[in-house]
Amino acid sequence: MDKYIEMIRIRFLMMLAYRTNYYTGILIYAINIAAYYFLWSAIYGSKSTMQGMSMAQMTTYVAISWMARAFYFNNIDREIAMEIKEGRVATELIRPYSYLGMKTMQGLGEGIFRLLFLSLPGIFLVALFLPLRFPTDVHTWMFFTLSIALSFIINSELNLLAGIIAFFTLNNEGLLRAKRFVIDLFSGLILPISFYPDWAQEAMKYFPFQGISYIPSMIVTGSFQGQAILHGLLFQLVWCVLLLIPIQLLWRAAKKQLVIQGG
Amino acid sequence: MNAIEVENLRKEFKSYSSRSGLIGAFRDLFTRNYKIIRAVNDISFTVKQGEIVGYIGENGAGKSTTIKMLTGILTPTAGKVIVNGMNPHKEREKFVRTIGVVFGQRSQLWWDIAVQESFRLLKKVYRVSDEDYRQHMEHIIEALDIGPLLDKPVRKLSLGQRMRCELAAALIHNPPLLFLDEPTIGLDVLVKLKIRQFLKEINEKYNTTILLTTHDISDIEALCERVIMLDEGKIIYDGSLKRLKEKWGEGKQIQFTFAGEITFHALRELTNGLQVIWKKGEQDNVWTAQVPSALLPEVIGRVVARYSIQDMNINEISTEEIIRNIYEEGVVHG
Repeated sequence: MDKYIEMIRIRFLMMLAYRTNYYTGILIYAINIAAYYFLWSAIYGSKSTMQGMSMAQMTTYVAISWMARAFYFNNIDREIAMEIKEGRVATELIRPYSYLGMKTMQGLGEGIFRLLFLSLPGIFLVALFLPLRFPTDVHTWMFFTLSIALSFIINSELNLLAGIIAFFTLNNEGLLRAKRFVIDLFSGLILPISFYPDWAQEAMKYFPFQGISYIPSMIVTGSFQGQAILHGLLFQLVWCVLLLIPIQLLWRAAKKQLVIQGG
Repeated sequence: MNAIEVENLRKEFKSYSSRSGLIGAFRDLFTRNYKIIRAVNDISFTVKQGEIVGYIGENGAGKSTTIKMLTGILTPTAGKVIVNGMNPHKEREKFVRTIGVVFGQRSQLWWDIAVQESFRLLKKVYRVSDEDYRQHMEHIIEALDIGPLLDKPVRKLSLGQRMRCELAAALIHNPPLLFLDEPTIGLDVLVKLKIRQFLKEINEKYNTTILLTTHDISDIEALCERVIMLDEGKIIYDGSLKRLKEKWGEGKQIQFTFAGEITFHALRELTNGLQVIWKKGEQDNVWTAQVPSALLPEVIGRVVARYSIQDMNINEISTEEIIRNIYEEGVVHG
Protein backbone atom coordinates (compact mmCIF):
# COMPACT_ATOMS: atom_id res chain seq x y z
CA MET A 1 0.00 0.00 0.00
CA ASP A 2 2.96 2.23 0.76
CA LYS A 3 3.96 2.39 -2.86
CA TYR A 4 0.51 3.49 -3.96
CA ILE A 5 0.49 6.33 -1.45
CA GLU A 6 3.96 7.28 -2.60
CA MET A 7 2.60 7.40 -6.15
CA ILE A 8 -0.09 9.90 -5.10
CA ARG A 9 2.67 12.04 -3.62
CA ILE A 10 4.70 11.81 -6.84
CA ARG A 11 1.67 12.90 -8.80
CA PHE A 12 1.29 15.91 -6.56
CA LEU A 13 4.89 16.84 -7.26
CA MET A 14 4.31 16.45 -10.97
CA MET A 15 1.26 18.70 -10.85
CA LEU A 16 3.20 21.30 -8.90
CA ALA A 17 5.93 21.20 -11.55
CA TYR A 18 3.50 22.84 -13.94
CA ARG A 19 1.63 25.14 -11.61
CA THR A 20 0.75 27.83 -14.17
CA ASN A 21 -1.67 25.36 -15.74
CA TYR A 22 -3.62 25.56 -12.55
CA TYR A 23 -4.16 29.28 -12.41
CA THR A 24 -5.66 29.08 -15.87
CA GLY A 25 -7.55 25.97 -14.77
CA ILE A 26 -9.34 27.87 -11.99
CA LEU A 27 -10.30 30.57 -14.46
CA ILE A 28 -11.62 28.13 -17.05
CA TYR A 29 -13.80 26.37 -14.50
CA ALA A 30 -15.13 29.69 -13.22
CA ILE A 31 -15.96 30.78 -16.77
CA ASN A 32 -17.74 27.51 -17.50
CA ILE A 33 -19.87 27.81 -14.39
CA ALA A 34 -20.73 31.43 -15.13
CA ALA A 35 -21.67 30.59 -18.72
CA TYR A 36 -24.03 27.82 -17.64
CA TYR A 37 -25.47 30.06 -14.93
CA PHE A 38 -26.42 32.72 -17.45
CA LEU A 39 -27.74 30.12 -19.88
CA TRP A 40 -29.98 28.61 -17.25
CA SER A 41 -31.25 31.97 -15.97
CA ALA A 42 -32.34 32.73 -19.53
CA ILE A 43 -34.09 29.36 -19.81
CA TYR A 44 -35.85 29.73 -16.47
CA GLY A 45 -36.93 33.27 -17.27
CA SER A 46 -39.82 33.94 -14.98
CA LYS A 47 -40.57 30.30 -14.14
CA SER A 48 -39.84 29.36 -10.57
CA THR A 49 -39.23 25.63 -11.11
CA MET A 50 -38.52 23.25 -13.97
CA GLN A 51 -38.63 19.45 -13.66
CA GLY A 52 -38.85 19.92 -9.91
CA MET A 53 -35.69 22.03 -9.66
CA SER A 54 -35.69 25.69 -8.61
CA MET A 55 -33.35 28.19 -10.19
CA ALA A 56 -31.27 28.29 -6.99
CA GLN A 57 -30.97 24.49 -7.04
CA MET A 58 -29.97 24.60 -10.69
CA THR A 59 -27.24 27.15 -10.02
CA THR A 60 -25.83 25.03 -7.25
CA TYR A 61 -26.18 21.94 -9.46
CA VAL A 62 -24.08 23.55 -12.18
CA ALA A 63 -21.39 24.79 -9.78
CA ILE A 64 -21.17 21.48 -7.94
CA SER A 65 -21.11 19.43 -11.14
CA TRP A 66 -18.12 21.31 -12.46
CA MET A 67 -16.31 21.19 -9.17
CA ALA A 68 -16.92 17.47 -8.81
CA ARG A 69 -15.66 17.05 -12.35
CA ALA A 70 -12.32 18.52 -11.26
CA PHE A 71 -12.05 15.61 -8.85
CA TYR A 72 -13.26 12.66 -10.91
CA PHE A 73 -11.85 13.82 -14.23
CA ASN A 74 -8.39 12.56 -15.10
CA ASN A 75 -6.25 11.87 -18.10
CA ILE A 76 -5.16 8.33 -17.38
CA ASP A 77 -6.86 7.06 -20.56
CA ARG A 78 -4.71 9.42 -22.60
CA GLU A 79 -1.62 8.56 -20.59
CA ILE A 80 -2.04 4.84 -21.07
CA ALA A 81 -2.57 5.38 -24.79
CA MET A 82 0.56 7.55 -24.97
CA GLU A 83 2.66 5.09 -23.02
CA ILE A 84 1.63 2.35 -25.39
CA LYS A 85 2.14 4.45 -28.46
CA GLU A 86 5.64 5.49 -27.43
CA GLY A 87 6.59 2.11 -26.01
CA ARG A 88 7.09 3.44 -22.50
CA VAL A 89 4.72 0.82 -21.15
CA ALA A 90 7.72 -1.55 -21.25
CA THR A 91 9.35 0.18 -18.31
CA GLU A 92 6.07 0.03 -16.38
CA LEU A 93 5.72 -3.70 -16.87
CA ILE A 94 9.10 -4.41 -15.27
CA ARG A 95 7.89 -2.96 -11.98
CA PRO A 96 6.49 -5.11 -9.22
CA TYR A 97 3.12 -3.43 -9.13
CA SER A 98 -0.17 -3.60 -10.92
CA TYR A 99 0.01 -1.24 -13.86
CA LEU A 100 -3.68 -0.41 -13.82
CA GLY A 101 -3.69 0.01 -10.05
CA MET A 102 -0.80 2.41 -10.26
CA LYS A 103 -2.50 4.39 -13.01
CA THR A 104 -5.65 4.66 -10.92
CA MET A 105 -3.58 5.97 -8.01
CA GLN A 106 -2.01 8.55 -10.26
CA GLY A 107 -5.51 9.58 -11.26
CA LEU A 108 -6.44 9.86 -7.60
CA GLY A 109 -3.39 12.00 -6.89
CA GLU A 110 -4.41 14.25 -9.76
CA GLY A 111 -8.00 14.34 -8.47
CA ILE A 112 -7.09 15.28 -4.92
CA PHE A 113 -4.74 17.94 -6.18
CA ARG A 114 -7.41 19.49 -8.37
CA LEU A 115 -10.00 19.29 -5.62
CA LEU A 116 -7.80 21.16 -3.17
CA PHE A 117 -6.07 23.61 -5.44
CA LEU A 118 -8.58 24.07 -8.24
CA SER A 119 -12.09 23.25 -7.05
CA LEU A 120 -12.04 24.94 -3.67
CA PRO A 121 -10.51 28.23 -4.83
CA GLY A 122 -12.73 28.08 -7.92
CA ILE A 123 -15.93 27.64 -5.98
CA PHE A 124 -14.89 30.40 -3.60
CA LEU A 125 -14.36 32.71 -6.58
CA VAL A 126 -17.74 31.83 -8.06
CA ALA A 127 -19.56 32.15 -4.73
CA LEU A 128 -18.51 35.81 -4.61
CA PHE A 129 -20.58 36.56 -7.71
CA LEU A 130 -23.35 33.98 -7.94
CA PRO A 131 -26.04 33.12 -5.40
CA LEU A 132 -24.95 29.59 -4.50
CA ARG A 133 -26.83 27.82 -1.74
CA PHE A 134 -25.10 24.89 -0.11
CA PRO A 135 -26.78 22.40 2.18
CA THR A 136 -26.00 22.72 5.85
CA ASP A 137 -26.91 19.16 6.68
CA VAL A 138 -23.87 17.06 7.62
CA HIS A 139 -25.47 13.87 6.27
CA THR A 140 -25.94 15.36 2.85
CA TRP A 141 -22.23 16.15 2.72
CA MET A 142 -21.35 12.65 3.87
CA PHE A 143 -23.48 11.10 1.15
CA PHE A 144 -22.00 13.50 -1.35
CA THR A 145 -18.42 12.57 -0.35
CA LEU A 146 -19.22 8.90 -0.71
CA SER A 147 -20.91 9.57 -4.02
CA ILE A 148 -18.05 11.46 -5.64
CA ALA A 149 -15.62 8.79 -4.47
CA LEU A 150 -17.73 6.32 -6.44
CA SER A 151 -17.86 8.79 -9.35
CA PHE A 152 -14.10 8.79 -9.40
CA ILE A 153 -14.00 5.00 -9.47
CA ILE A 154 -16.55 4.70 -12.30
CA ASN A 155 -14.88 7.36 -14.39
CA SER A 156 -11.41 5.90 -13.83
CA GLU A 157 -12.66 2.46 -14.78
CA LEU A 158 -14.06 3.84 -18.03
CA ASN A 159 -10.75 5.58 -18.62
CA LEU A 160 -8.83 2.37 -18.04
CA LEU A 161 -11.08 0.57 -20.51
CA ALA A 162 -10.56 3.24 -23.14
CA GLY A 163 -6.82 3.24 -22.49
CA ILE A 164 -6.48 -0.53 -22.71
CA ILE A 165 -8.08 -0.46 -26.15
CA ALA A 166 -4.91 1.27 -27.30
CA PHE A 167 -3.11 -2.03 -26.72
CA PHE A 168 -5.08 -3.38 -29.67
CA THR A 169 -5.35 -0.38 -31.95
CA LEU A 170 -2.09 1.40 -30.98
CA ASN A 171 -3.77 4.71 -31.74
CA ASN A 172 -7.18 5.49 -30.34
CA GLU A 173 -7.21 9.26 -30.24
CA GLY A 174 -10.65 9.39 -31.87
CA LEU A 175 -12.15 6.96 -29.40
CA LEU A 176 -10.80 8.96 -26.47
CA ARG A 177 -12.35 12.17 -27.77
CA ALA A 178 -15.68 10.48 -28.34
CA LYS A 179 -15.57 8.98 -24.87
CA ARG A 180 -14.89 12.33 -23.26
CA PHE A 181 -17.80 13.94 -25.05
CA VAL A 182 -20.19 11.10 -24.29
CA ILE A 183 -19.29 11.30 -20.61
CA ASP A 184 -19.76 15.07 -20.43
CA LEU A 185 -23.13 14.77 -22.12
CA PHE A 186 -24.64 11.65 -20.58
CA SER A 187 -23.22 12.03 -17.09
CA GLY A 188 -25.55 14.96 -16.50
CA LEU A 189 -22.79 17.56 -16.45
CA ILE A 190 -24.25 19.64 -19.27
CA LEU A 191 -27.91 18.82 -18.69
CA PRO A 192 -29.46 17.09 -15.67
CA ILE A 193 -30.81 13.65 -16.62
CA SER A 194 -34.26 14.66 -15.33
CA PHE A 195 -34.53 17.07 -18.27
CA TYR A 196 -34.10 14.29 -20.81
CA PRO A 197 -37.15 12.86 -22.59
CA ASP A 198 -38.64 9.87 -20.80
CA TRP A 199 -37.34 7.27 -23.24
CA ALA A 200 -33.79 8.66 -22.90
CA GLN A 201 -34.04 8.69 -19.12
CA GLU A 202 -35.14 5.08 -19.30
CA ALA A 203 -32.22 4.18 -21.56
CA MET A 204 -29.73 5.97 -19.30
CA LYS A 205 -30.58 3.54 -16.52
CA TYR A 206 -28.66 0.90 -18.41
CA PHE A 207 -25.46 2.94 -18.67
CA PRO A 208 -22.98 3.92 -15.96
CA PHE A 209 -22.77 7.57 -17.03
CA GLN A 210 -25.21 9.16 -14.61
CA GLY A 211 -23.18 7.64 -11.79
CA ILE A 212 -20.37 10.01 -12.71
CA SER A 213 -21.94 13.42 -12.28
CA TYR A 214 -25.72 13.43 -12.05
CA ILE A 215 -26.09 11.41 -8.85
CA PRO A 216 -23.59 13.29 -6.64
CA SER A 217 -24.90 16.64 -7.88
CA MET A 218 -28.52 15.69 -7.21
CA ILE A 219 -27.56 14.58 -3.71
CA VAL A 220 -25.84 17.82 -2.82
CA THR A 221 -28.57 20.06 -4.22
CA GLY A 222 -31.12 18.20 -2.13
CA SER A 223 -33.09 17.08 -5.18
CA PHE A 224 -32.62 13.51 -4.06
CA GLN A 225 -34.04 12.72 -0.64
CA GLY A 226 -34.18 9.59 1.52
CA GLN A 227 -34.72 6.49 -0.61
CA ALA A 228 -33.53 8.22 -3.81
CA ILE A 229 -30.09 8.84 -2.26
CA LEU A 230 -29.64 5.19 -1.38
CA HIS A 231 -30.83 4.13 -4.83
CA GLY A 232 -28.33 6.47 -6.41
CA LEU A 233 -25.43 5.20 -4.31
CA LEU A 234 -26.39 1.62 -4.97
CA PHE A 235 -26.52 2.33 -8.71
CA GLN A 236 -22.98 3.70 -8.53
CA LEU A 237 -21.69 0.81 -6.45
CA VAL A 238 -23.11 -1.79 -8.84
CA TRP A 239 -21.40 -0.14 -11.79
CA CYS A 240 -18.08 0.09 -9.90
CA VAL A 241 -18.14 -3.67 -9.54
CA LEU A 242 -19.58 -4.49 -12.97
CA LEU A 243 -16.94 -2.49 -14.83
CA LEU A 244 -14.15 -4.51 -13.24
CA ILE A 245 -15.13 -7.50 -15.36
CA PRO A 246 -14.44 -6.10 -18.85
CA ILE A 247 -11.28 -4.45 -17.52
CA GLN A 248 -9.88 -7.76 -16.28
CA LEU A 249 -10.79 -9.57 -19.50
CA LEU A 250 -9.41 -6.91 -21.79
CA TRP A 251 -6.26 -6.49 -19.73
CA ARG A 252 -5.51 -10.17 -19.88
CA ALA A 253 -5.96 -10.19 -23.64
CA ALA A 254 -3.96 -6.98 -24.00
CA LYS A 255 -0.89 -8.36 -22.28
CA LYS A 256 -0.81 -11.28 -24.72
CA GLN A 257 -1.25 -8.96 -27.64
CA LEU A 258 1.31 -6.41 -26.50
CA VAL A 259 3.72 -5.13 -29.08
CA ILE A 260 6.39 -2.73 -27.93
CA GLN A 261 6.74 0.13 -30.36
CA GLY A 262 10.15 1.32 -31.36
CA GLY A 263 12.44 -1.65 -30.74
CA MET B 1 22.44 -22.34 -10.54
CA ASN B 2 21.60 -20.94 -13.92
CA ALA B 3 20.35 -17.37 -13.99
CA ILE B 4 18.77 -17.76 -17.40
CA GLU B 5 17.56 -20.88 -19.19
CA VAL B 6 16.08 -20.53 -22.63
CA GLU B 7 14.93 -23.40 -24.79
CA ASN B 8 13.57 -23.17 -28.33
CA LEU B 9 12.31 -19.68 -27.69
CA ARG B 10 10.28 -18.16 -30.49
CA LYS B 11 8.43 -14.91 -31.03
CA GLU B 12 6.26 -14.15 -34.03
CA PHE B 13 4.71 -10.81 -34.93
CA LYS B 14 2.03 -9.97 -37.42
CA SER B 15 3.37 -7.39 -39.78
CA TYR B 16 0.74 -5.43 -41.66
CA SER B 17 1.43 -4.02 -45.06
CA SER B 18 -0.57 -1.21 -46.65
CA ARG B 19 -1.95 -1.53 -50.15
CA SER B 20 -0.94 1.23 -52.50
CA GLY B 21 -3.16 4.00 -53.79
CA LEU B 22 -6.52 5.40 -52.73
CA ILE B 23 -8.49 2.28 -53.58
CA GLY B 24 -5.95 0.22 -51.72
CA ALA B 25 -6.36 2.48 -48.68
CA PHE B 26 -10.13 1.93 -48.76
CA ARG B 27 -9.65 -1.80 -49.02
CA ASP B 28 -7.33 -1.62 -46.02
CA LEU B 29 -10.25 -0.33 -43.98
CA PHE B 30 -11.94 -3.71 -44.28
CA THR B 31 -9.25 -6.32 -44.67
CA ARG B 32 -5.57 -5.95 -44.23
CA ASN B 33 -2.68 -7.90 -45.60
CA TYR B 34 -0.24 -9.21 -43.13
CA LYS B 35 2.51 -11.68 -42.89
CA ILE B 36 3.94 -13.44 -39.88
CA ILE B 37 7.45 -12.36 -39.04
CA ARG B 38 9.59 -14.51 -36.83
CA ALA B 39 11.66 -12.04 -34.80
CA VAL B 40 13.20 -14.72 -32.60
CA ASN B 41 13.56 -18.12 -34.15
CA ASP B 42 13.95 -21.11 -31.82
CA ILE B 43 16.93 -20.00 -29.78
CA SER B 44 18.38 -21.87 -26.82
CA PHE B 45 21.05 -20.83 -24.35
CA THR B 46 21.84 -20.73 -20.64
CA VAL B 47 23.60 -18.13 -18.58
CA LYS B 48 25.25 -19.00 -15.25
CA GLN B 49 24.97 -16.82 -12.18
CA GLY B 50 27.75 -14.21 -12.18
CA GLU B 51 28.44 -14.26 -15.90
CA ILE B 52 28.62 -11.13 -18.02
CA VAL B 53 27.26 -11.97 -21.45
CA GLY B 54 27.30 -9.72 -24.50
CA TYR B 55 24.25 -10.18 -26.68
CA ILE B 56 25.04 -8.73 -30.06
CA GLY B 57 23.63 -8.56 -33.55
CA GLU B 58 22.59 -6.10 -36.21
CA ASN B 59 19.59 -3.83 -35.86
CA GLY B 60 16.46 -5.94 -36.07
CA ALA B 61 18.27 -9.19 -35.31
CA GLY B 62 15.92 -9.88 -32.40
CA LYS B 63 18.03 -8.76 -29.44
CA SER B 64 15.51 -6.42 -27.86
CA THR B 65 12.68 -8.86 -28.47
CA THR B 66 14.63 -11.54 -26.59
CA ILE B 67 15.28 -9.18 -23.69
CA LYS B 68 11.60 -8.27 -23.54
CA MET B 69 10.67 -11.93 -23.32
CA LEU B 70 13.30 -12.57 -20.66
CA THR B 71 12.00 -9.67 -18.58
CA GLY B 72 8.38 -10.78 -18.90
CA ILE B 73 7.19 -7.84 -20.98
CA LEU B 74 6.39 -9.89 -24.06
CA THR B 75 4.82 -13.33 -24.11
CA PRO B 76 6.78 -15.87 -26.17
CA THR B 77 4.97 -17.52 -29.06
CA ALA B 78 6.61 -20.83 -28.17
CA GLY B 79 9.44 -22.22 -26.10
CA LYS B 80 10.59 -22.28 -22.52
CA VAL B 81 12.00 -19.39 -20.51
CA ILE B 82 13.18 -19.76 -16.93
CA VAL B 83 14.85 -16.73 -15.39
CA ASN B 84 15.99 -16.76 -11.76
CA GLY B 85 14.06 -20.01 -11.45
CA MET B 86 10.75 -18.46 -12.47
CA ASN B 87 8.60 -18.08 -15.54
CA PRO B 88 8.80 -14.32 -16.15
CA HIS B 89 5.34 -13.99 -17.61
CA LYS B 90 3.48 -16.17 -15.15
CA GLU B 91 4.82 -14.75 -11.91
CA ARG B 92 5.45 -11.23 -13.15
CA GLU B 93 5.23 -9.23 -9.92
CA LYS B 94 7.36 -11.64 -7.91
CA PHE B 95 9.80 -12.13 -10.76
CA VAL B 96 10.53 -8.49 -11.54
CA ARG B 97 11.74 -7.96 -7.97
CA THR B 98 14.74 -10.14 -8.85
CA ILE B 99 15.85 -8.25 -11.94
CA GLY B 100 17.06 -4.80 -12.88
CA VAL B 101 16.58 -3.42 -16.37
CA VAL B 102 18.03 -0.43 -18.20
CA PHE B 103 16.72 0.50 -21.61
CA GLY B 104 19.24 2.88 -23.14
CA GLN B 105 16.65 4.41 -25.41
CA ARG B 106 13.95 5.18 -22.90
CA SER B 107 13.92 6.58 -19.44
CA GLN B 108 12.36 4.83 -16.49
CA LEU B 109 12.72 7.84 -14.24
CA TRP B 110 9.87 10.31 -13.92
CA TRP B 111 10.59 13.09 -16.31
CA ASP B 112 9.32 16.15 -14.44
CA ILE B 113 10.45 15.46 -10.92
CA ALA B 114 13.80 15.33 -9.14
CA VAL B 115 15.87 12.17 -9.45
CA GLN B 116 15.75 11.52 -5.71
CA GLU B 117 11.94 11.47 -5.79
CA SER B 118 12.08 8.72 -8.40
CA PHE B 119 14.54 6.85 -6.20
CA ARG B 120 12.28 7.29 -3.21
CA LEU B 121 9.31 5.87 -5.08
CA LEU B 122 11.35 2.93 -6.36
CA LYS B 123 12.61 2.26 -2.85
CA LYS B 124 8.99 1.96 -1.70
CA VAL B 125 8.01 -0.07 -4.75
CA TYR B 126 10.75 -2.62 -4.13
CA ARG B 127 10.27 -2.47 -0.34
CA VAL B 128 13.92 -1.72 0.36
CA SER B 129 14.57 -1.06 4.04
CA ASP B 130 16.05 2.30 5.05
CA GLU B 131 19.20 0.62 6.25
CA ASP B 132 19.78 -1.43 3.10
CA TYR B 133 19.04 1.61 1.00
CA ARG B 134 21.53 3.77 2.84
CA GLN B 135 24.29 1.19 2.77
CA HIS B 136 23.84 0.08 -0.80
CA MET B 137 22.79 3.30 -2.52
CA GLU B 138 25.37 5.50 -0.85
CA HIS B 139 27.99 3.37 -2.45
CA ILE B 140 26.30 3.39 -5.86
CA ILE B 141 25.71 7.13 -5.81
CA GLU B 142 29.34 7.68 -5.00
CA ALA B 143 30.63 5.19 -7.58
CA LEU B 144 28.53 6.72 -10.34
CA ASP B 145 29.19 10.22 -9.10
CA ILE B 146 25.58 11.32 -9.23
CA GLY B 147 25.31 12.94 -5.79
CA PRO B 148 25.03 16.49 -7.18
CA LEU B 149 22.34 15.44 -9.68
CA LEU B 150 19.85 14.05 -7.20
CA ASP B 151 17.81 17.21 -6.69
CA LYS B 152 17.52 18.03 -10.39
CA PRO B 153 14.52 17.08 -12.51
CA VAL B 154 15.34 14.39 -15.04
CA ARG B 155 14.49 16.58 -18.02
CA LYS B 156 17.36 18.92 -17.09
CA LEU B 157 20.02 16.20 -17.11
CA SER B 158 22.38 15.51 -19.98
CA LEU B 159 22.24 12.07 -21.57
CA GLY B 160 25.34 10.89 -19.73
CA GLN B 161 24.04 12.13 -16.40
CA ARG B 162 20.64 10.58 -17.01
CA MET B 163 22.14 7.25 -17.98
CA ARG B 164 24.12 7.05 -14.74
CA CYS B 165 20.95 7.82 -12.80
CA GLU B 166 19.05 5.16 -14.75
CA LEU B 167 21.69 2.62 -13.84
CA ALA B 168 21.46 3.56 -10.17
CA ALA B 169 17.66 3.31 -10.35
CA ALA B 170 17.87 -0.19 -11.81
CA LEU B 171 20.07 -1.28 -8.90
CA ILE B 172 18.09 0.11 -5.96
CA HIS B 173 16.90 -3.35 -4.94
CA ASN B 174 20.31 -4.91 -5.64
CA PRO B 175 19.00 -7.49 -8.13
CA PRO B 176 21.03 -10.62 -8.85
CA LEU B 177 20.37 -10.21 -12.57
CA LEU B 178 20.74 -7.09 -14.66
CA PHE B 179 19.54 -6.56 -18.23
CA LEU B 180 21.12 -3.70 -20.12
CA ASP B 181 19.69 -2.84 -23.52
CA GLU B 182 22.20 -0.57 -25.21
CA PRO B 183 23.27 1.20 -22.04
CA THR B 184 26.08 3.18 -23.64
CA ILE B 185 24.24 4.43 -26.71
CA GLY B 186 25.17 8.03 -27.47
CA LEU B 187 27.50 8.46 -24.50
CA ASP B 188 30.94 10.04 -24.53
CA VAL B 189 34.08 8.04 -23.84
CA LEU B 190 34.50 9.13 -20.23
CA VAL B 191 30.96 8.22 -19.23
CA LYS B 192 31.30 4.91 -21.05
CA LEU B 193 34.47 4.11 -19.13
CA LYS B 194 32.85 5.01 -15.85
CA ILE B 195 29.83 2.83 -16.54
CA ARG B 196 31.95 -0.13 -17.61
CA GLN B 197 34.12 0.16 -14.55
CA PHE B 198 31.04 0.33 -12.37
CA LEU B 199 29.44 -2.72 -13.97
CA LYS B 200 32.62 -4.72 -13.43
CA GLU B 201 32.68 -3.67 -9.84
CA ILE B 202 29.14 -4.73 -9.01
CA ASN B 203 29.67 -7.96 -10.89
CA GLU B 204 32.64 -8.73 -8.67
CA LYS B 205 31.12 -7.48 -5.45
CA TYR B 206 27.65 -9.02 -5.67
CA ASN B 207 28.21 -11.72 -8.30
CA THR B 208 25.54 -9.97 -10.37
CA THR B 209 24.73 -11.62 -13.68
CA ILE B 210 24.68 -9.13 -16.53
CA LEU B 211 23.17 -9.56 -19.98
CA LEU B 212 24.12 -6.69 -22.19
CA THR B 213 23.15 -5.72 -25.72
CA THR B 214 25.23 -3.14 -27.49
CA HIS B 215 26.47 -1.96 -30.84
CA ASP B 216 29.67 -0.74 -29.29
CA ILE B 217 32.12 -3.60 -29.54
CA SER B 218 34.50 -1.93 -27.09
CA ASP B 219 31.82 -2.46 -24.41
CA ILE B 220 31.94 -6.15 -25.14
CA GLU B 221 35.73 -6.24 -25.13
CA ALA B 222 35.89 -4.44 -21.82
CA LEU B 223 33.23 -6.46 -20.04
CA CYS B 224 32.27 -9.78 -21.56
CA GLU B 225 34.00 -13.11 -21.48
CA ARG B 226 31.24 -14.58 -23.52
CA VAL B 227 29.26 -13.32 -26.48
CA ILE B 228 26.07 -14.56 -28.07
CA MET B 229 25.64 -13.36 -31.61
CA LEU B 230 22.25 -13.17 -33.22
CA ASP B 231 21.33 -12.86 -36.85
CA GLU B 232 17.80 -12.83 -38.23
CA GLY B 233 16.46 -14.30 -35.02
CA LYS B 234 18.92 -17.17 -34.84
CA ILE B 235 22.00 -17.62 -32.69
CA ILE B 236 25.00 -17.76 -35.01
CA TYR B 237 27.72 -17.78 -32.38
CA ASP B 238 27.79 -18.56 -28.67
CA GLY B 239 31.13 -18.76 -26.96
CA SER B 240 34.08 -16.84 -25.63
CA LEU B 241 35.19 -13.64 -27.23
CA LYS B 242 38.71 -15.03 -27.34
CA ARG B 243 37.72 -17.99 -29.46
CA LEU B 244 35.79 -15.74 -31.80
CA LYS B 245 38.93 -13.70 -32.30
CA GLU B 246 41.14 -16.71 -32.83
CA LYS B 247 38.83 -18.24 -35.35
CA TRP B 248 37.97 -15.28 -37.48
CA GLY B 249 40.60 -12.76 -36.54
CA GLU B 250 43.58 -14.67 -37.78
CA GLY B 251 46.29 -12.64 -39.39
CA LYS B 252 47.36 -9.03 -39.30
CA GLN B 253 46.52 -5.79 -40.87
CA ILE B 254 49.24 -3.66 -42.43
CA GLN B 255 48.57 -0.06 -43.21
CA PHE B 256 50.88 1.49 -45.79
CA THR B 257 51.14 5.21 -46.42
CA PHE B 258 52.77 5.52 -49.84
CA ALA B 259 54.72 8.50 -51.06
CA GLY B 260 52.37 8.94 -53.98
CA GLU B 261 48.99 7.81 -55.24
CA ILE B 262 48.71 4.17 -56.10
CA THR B 263 46.11 1.99 -57.79
CA PHE B 264 44.43 -1.16 -56.60
CA HIS B 265 45.48 -2.84 -59.77
CA ALA B 266 49.18 -2.22 -59.20
CA LEU B 267 48.96 -3.56 -55.64
CA ARG B 268 47.13 -6.68 -56.67
CA GLU B 269 49.71 -7.36 -59.30
CA LEU B 270 52.46 -6.91 -56.77
CA THR B 271 51.09 -9.47 -54.32
CA ASN B 272 49.91 -11.84 -56.98
CA GLY B 273 49.81 -15.41 -55.72
CA LEU B 274 49.68 -14.38 -52.06
CA GLN B 275 46.57 -14.45 -49.89
CA VAL B 276 46.16 -10.72 -49.40
CA ILE B 277 43.09 -8.51 -49.28
CA TRP B 278 43.74 -4.86 -50.14
CA LYS B 279 41.48 -2.10 -48.92
CA LYS B 280 41.71 1.55 -49.64
CA GLY B 281 42.23 3.96 -46.74
CA GLU B 282 40.91 7.45 -46.30
CA GLN B 283 43.36 8.99 -48.70
CA ASP B 284 44.50 7.93 -52.15
CA ASN B 285 47.93 6.99 -50.92
CA VAL B 286 46.81 4.94 -47.91
CA TRP B 287 46.06 1.23 -48.31
CA THR B 288 45.61 -1.60 -45.84
CA ALA B 289 46.44 -5.21 -46.51
CA GLN B 290 44.84 -8.07 -44.59
CA VAL B 291 47.47 -10.77 -44.43
CA PRO B 292 47.85 -14.17 -42.73
CA SER B 293 50.59 -13.86 -40.12
CA ALA B 294 52.97 -16.19 -41.94
CA LEU B 295 53.01 -14.03 -45.05
CA LEU B 296 53.78 -10.81 -43.21
CA PRO B 297 57.51 -10.52 -44.11
CA GLU B 298 56.91 -11.52 -47.72
CA VAL B 299 54.23 -8.85 -48.29
CA ILE B 300 56.18 -6.10 -46.57
CA GLY B 301 59.29 -7.09 -48.48
CA ARG B 302 57.59 -6.89 -51.88
CA VAL B 303 55.90 -3.57 -51.19
CA VAL B 304 58.96 -1.87 -49.74
CA ALA B 305 61.17 -3.12 -52.57
CA ARG B 306 58.90 -1.60 -55.19
CA TYR B 307 57.46 1.61 -53.78
CA SER B 308 58.63 4.30 -51.44
CA ILE B 309 56.80 4.33 -48.15
CA GLN B 310 56.11 7.21 -45.78
CA ASP B 311 54.65 5.23 -42.93
CA MET B 312 53.63 1.70 -42.02
CA ASN B 313 51.54 0.20 -39.19
CA ILE B 314 50.95 -3.40 -38.28
CA ASN B 315 47.75 -4.10 -36.33
CA GLU B 316 45.77 -6.99 -34.98
CA ILE B 317 42.46 -7.32 -36.73
CA SER B 318 40.00 -5.56 -34.44
CA THR B 319 37.00 -7.27 -32.95
CA GLU B 320 34.84 -4.73 -34.67
CA GLU B 321 36.23 -5.76 -38.00
CA ILE B 322 35.71 -9.43 -37.23
CA ILE B 323 32.14 -8.84 -36.28
CA ARG B 324 31.55 -6.70 -39.33
CA ASN B 325 32.87 -9.51 -41.48
CA ILE B 326 30.55 -11.98 -39.81
CA TYR B 327 27.54 -9.69 -40.26
CA GLU B 328 28.39 -9.21 -43.90
CA GLU B 329 28.80 -12.87 -44.57
CA GLY B 330 25.61 -13.60 -42.70
CA VAL B 331 26.30 -17.12 -41.54
CA VAL B 332 29.34 -18.16 -39.62
CA HIS B 333 30.93 -21.15 -41.17
CA GLY B 334 33.56 -23.21 -39.42
